[in-house]
Amino acid sequence: MASDVIIVGGGLVGAALAHGLVKASATVTILDEGDLAFRASRGNFGLVWVQSKGDGMAEYARWSRQSSDLWGDFAKSLGEATGINVGHHRPGGLELCLDQGEYETYATSIKRMHNQPGVGENDRRMIDGDEVRRMEPNVGPEVVGAAFCPYDGIVNPLYTLRALHQILASSGADYRGDHRVERIVPEGTGFRVVTARGDFTAGKVVLAAGNGSPGLGPDLGLDIPIGPERGHIIVTERTRPLFNHVLGQVRQTDEGTVMLGATKENVGFDTGFNLEMMRQVASRAVRKVPRLKTLRIIRSWSALRIMSPDGFPVYQESEAFPGAFSVSCHSGVTLAAAHALKLAPRLLEPGFNDHFSAFSPRRFDVPTTA
Amino acid sequence: MRSEVDVVVIGAGPAGMAAAVAAAGAGAGVVVLDEQVEPGGQIYRAIESVERNRPADLSFLGDAYVHGSTVAGAFRAVRTDYRPASTVWQVGDLGKGKRRDVVYSRNGAAETLSVKHLVIATGALERPVPIPGWTLPGVMTVGAVQSALKTSGIYPTGNLVLAGSGPLMLQLAVQLITAHVPIAAIVDTTPPGGLSRAFFHLPRALAAGETLLKGWRMLRTVNRSGVPIYRGASHLQAHGSKQTRGEKVTSLSFRSQGTDYAIDADVVALHEGVTPNTQLTRLLQAEHRWDDRQRCFHPLTNQWGETSEPGVYVAGDGGGIAGSLAAERSGMITGLAVAQSLGLLAEAARDFISEEQRMRRFIDLSIRPFLDSYYPAPNWIGKVGDDVILCRCEEVTAGQLRAAMAHGCSGPNQAKSFLRCGMGACQGRMCAASVTEVMAATSGATPDAVGSFRIRPPIKPVTLAEVAALEQGVL
Amino acid sequence: MFQRLPNLIRKPISFSFEGQEIEALEGDTLASALLAVGVSSLRDAPVSGTARAPYCMIGVCFECSVEIDGVSHQQACLIPVCQDMDVRRQQAEKEAGDALGG
Repeated sequence: MASDVIIVGGGLVGAALAHGLVKASATVTILDEGDLAFRASRGNFGLVWVQSKGDGMAEYARWSRQSSDLWGDFAKSLGEATGINVGHHRPGGLELCLDQGEYETYATSIKRMHNQPGVGENDRRMIDGDEVRRMEPNVGPEVVGAAFCPYDGIVNPLYTLRALHQILASSGADYRGDHRVERIVPEGTGFRVVTARGDFTAGKVVLAAGNGSPGLGPDLGLDIPIGPERGHIIVTERTRPLFNHVLGQVRQTDEGTVMLGATKENVGFDTGFNLEMMRQVASRAVRKVPRLKTLRIIRSWSALRIMSPDGFPVYQESEAFPGAFSVSCHSGVTLAAAHALKLAPRLLEPGFNDHFSAFSPRRFDVPTTA
Repeated sequence: MRSEVDVVVIGAGPAGMAAAVAAAGAGAGVVVLDEQVEPGGQIYRAIESVERNRPADLSFLGDAYVHGSTVAGAFRAVRTDYRPASTVWQVGDLGKGKRRDVVYSRNGAAETLSVKHLVIATGALERPVPIPGWTLPGVMTVGAVQSALKTSGIYPTGNLVLAGSGPLMLQLAVQLITAHVPIAAIVDTTPPGGLSRAFFHLPRALAAGETLLKGWRMLRTVNRSGVPIYRGASHLQAHGSKQTRGEKVTSLSFRSQGTDYAIDADVVALHEGVTPNTQLTRLLQAEHRWDDRQRCFHPLTNQWGETSEPGVYVAGDGGGIAGSLAAERSGMITGLAVAQSLGLLAEAARDFISEEQRMRRFIDLSIRPFLDSYYPAPNWIGKVGDDVILCRCEEVTAGQLRAAMAHGCSGPNQAKSFLRCGMGACQGRMCAASVTEVMAATSGATPDAVGSFRIRPPIKPVTLAEVAALEQGVL
Repeated sequence: MFQRLPNLIRKPISFSFEGQEIEALEGDTLASALLAVGVSSLRDAPVSGTARAPYCMIGVCFECSVEIDGVSHQQACLIPVCQDMDVRRQQAEKEAGDALGG
């Protein structure tokens, strides 16, 4: 039986879109891979982050802020529907600077964003080292200052995904794990999606498969200019609460464990481990918060971000095959609320590309003006 | 400070010691890393200390244990760079010149070795036994009681109940009886009809006649000891009661030959066989296969012990449960193979010398089908009750796992991210096998199809300070 | 719960556990020394806070994790007793500290 929409990808983006579509009364099928897939959603740091988003694209700054503003109620609704506390908090966030160069980089970014229309720099401001330590007594003496934004927060991305899956299961959405999509065939007024375990048809199809989307794009006349960027994360044992706000690369979870990031490597589709990256993360972390030195690292992993050339999302409806969409971003956590509540309904209406013109991949076709 | 060495052997049990002796004997530079402070692994744990400080204890620890003295002696006599109290926490992918970095902690600081040939001899662990109440203080493994006996000469007081099935439990029972340590009861979960089950394998087992005879004598010792024995037991549950500092175990209930029992217990020693310790081989992403008879995963190895990862060998029980004597043989075989790879031994010489080890190993292994049949691996773990804790570290129950599966959770790694099982300090060592069994039983998929947790470094917790202080550029 | 077999050769060693002095013998691991004096729980489970005690005694289960000199997840079954060691139960939430020279 055909559904209204097939979503390829059951991670944070796909599941959030599915949730939004179900709320808009569409029938949804989600096709997901198996246990050992790349799954950026499993490797996510869990920031619901606003500061620094959209330096170079005012619309992204506005979109991130909107999602952050929606997240509180979104988390509550997930909790009410499933009994799962996704641990959303918005105490404001600090990006700590370990030297003057880092400080200047952030300060310059704020100035640039201030000059952009709309939400500007999202009330992000620089503060000096002493004020940082007043706000956060556990921050060490090497920190020269920080960028602070009151709209930054955190959430548990794994519990969020679990809650979304649970809601989808109980609301009658058809979730199929272990159904890797091989190709998609436009047929009549809709699409036939081919997997090794059977075919599925729908009037619309959305590619939300992270780094798996570009491979399927050509079938639908969609060019999806994104690629993998590896990040390492390490997690410590539980400890008593250390912070009043969220520190960008040092974040304490509700369970009390401390997650540390963030590195960037371009190594293709390799989720292997690089000890030098772990060393860098550990080294920066203990310089920022010396008290962390005695904590034991219990786990680590690397995951592949979904990265476009400018780091901003890519949203589009196919012009060759209307009804086919791709939704790709590296901020699946931050944008989950906006994806579910604001983007998903647009998939059912005309004019998607006009509404999300800023995020069209056409921006990469145009030579940049100075 | 990273040094380049010929061979690193991880584990100083019988397999590791034998591999080190064989490789060093051929002239290789061998570094042996082991977490304990003296050699012996688990089977010969503290053998040197016991000989030196408590020789009287050898009388009840038994001949099999005493043999460890010979093995350790041979190990000490050969020149190796033996580094005790060293905890390996990372082994890197192949890198510069096809060498791997082995990172370990010693005295609170991390050190790195760069090596082409790695022998993993980390042996086995007891199969975790997830019965209701297994997390109560006082519930431990048979190996734990044995380990305390070997290390410190201490034994359980009060009502000691041995509960389970397998040669190791038999061995502990005999050790305790010989040492005049009272055992309140033996609750034997071996399914009835062992001899008729195993009869088919008896002819082959006769090749290891001496071992068979020893086993028969041990059974006789236990049967004549006066210790109450409950046979064909099932549905074990540990029960506790509160005291000043939390609960501890006070009784064990079970069913035996149609009757339900509840007996007093202050210490319950569980046992349902041993399984390969696959933490390092999983870290290295070597290929593993599920063994249906022993109900556990083991890495695939060729005749020299080499895994699917180039230069990575497994010797001893880590490659598949075969016992301590077979572990020595396979250690020697692997050591010779490594020496040949280093160019220190001609292929012909390697083949010739290892031939004798192979024959002896074949004989040692002759008893295995008989034992595996007489003491079959438990078949109930996949069906444990919903209330039973599978992941001790994060307190995740079988029921939570089944519920997650009903919501689309397709494998152990998704289960880990949804439920946190496998995310604790033990990094899945205690729950991985049970999670696979429950998921296989619930979905109907084979354990091979279900798979296991992805293992990443550090494989033992290490402080941020130590990692921050690593030299730059380690893999 | 546990008792020692008689022995006259091994040297006595004392260390402190939760501020109390514990008599042990050379060669003991922290875990066996503590079992020998009747300490039935070395840590609390992190989620429920229930008491836990050693299960495997070979360094696999981490139920014997204790805190020594401010560093946690020290596996008591692998660590030989040393004179005057200061050992604490592992708390469900460990206090991040400056023990390593903050």
